[in-house]
Amino acid sequence: MKKSITKLLFIVLFVMLTVNILRMPTAPTTDAPAYNDTTDHYIDHGLAETGATNLIAAILTDYRGFDTLGETIVLFTSIVAVASVLRTTKKKQEGEESA
Amino acid sequence: MNDIIVKTITRIVVPFVQVYGIFIILHGHISPGGGFSGGAMVGTSLILYTLVFGMDRSKKKFSHRASEIAESGGVLVFFIIGIIGIILGGSFLANRDAGFPMGESGALLSAGMIPLLMIAIGIKVASTMITLFHLLIEGEF
Repeated sequence: MKKSITKLLFIVLFVMLTVNILRMPTAPTTDAPAYNDTTDHYIDHGLAETGATNLIAAILTDYRGFDTLGETIVLFTSIVAVASVLRTTKKKQEGEESA
Repeated sequence: MNDIIVKTITRIVVPFVQVYGIFIILHGHISPGGGFSGGAMVGTSLILYTLVFGMDRSKKKFSHRASEIAESGGVLVFFIIGIIGIILGGSFLANRDAGFPMGESGALLSAGMIPLLMIAIGIKVASTMITLFHLLIEGEF
């Protein structure tokens, strides 16, 4: 019973994804949802507003600076998690040898 | 790794890789690149050094203490610049509104706080790469 429900859900998911892929635009158009006023604003006013000739850097650290702060915090969290699991102290190693 | 060819080549290559990585970080607001890619280069050069010369000599170049400072420092610099933006400009990470010197666009010293943020991101990414690698191979050498 459980397995058949899982299979049914997967089939529904597959059909949904396939339908959406088929509805995607095949050629680059200006009607795509990602192409809106924001893009034009960045291209027209990016240099004047941030002073950076590299538009990607301007978007990354100025317009979307808060997002980049989140990215650095993700890196920090990953390091803290790995260090808490893997980092061994001298005392621990001696204790393992004597045990 | 006890090979004279690998050791000699590494000694020659590592400084160039690091200088190029620092160049990419510092020119992040002018040319393609930035903190993430430049930091990855610096981190990779230290990984190469660790692979060739072993953990003990690499620890002297980049100890756990240094990684702790670099890890927290990168995020802290980001936060402090953001809070300076709140105080002077009214919004978090404000650039022009906060009165950061803009300079002439295209020059090395321009674009307000963007180069400072790039340096912070570069330090953070480099230390993340090298710390992860050190933690994962610790005890093997």
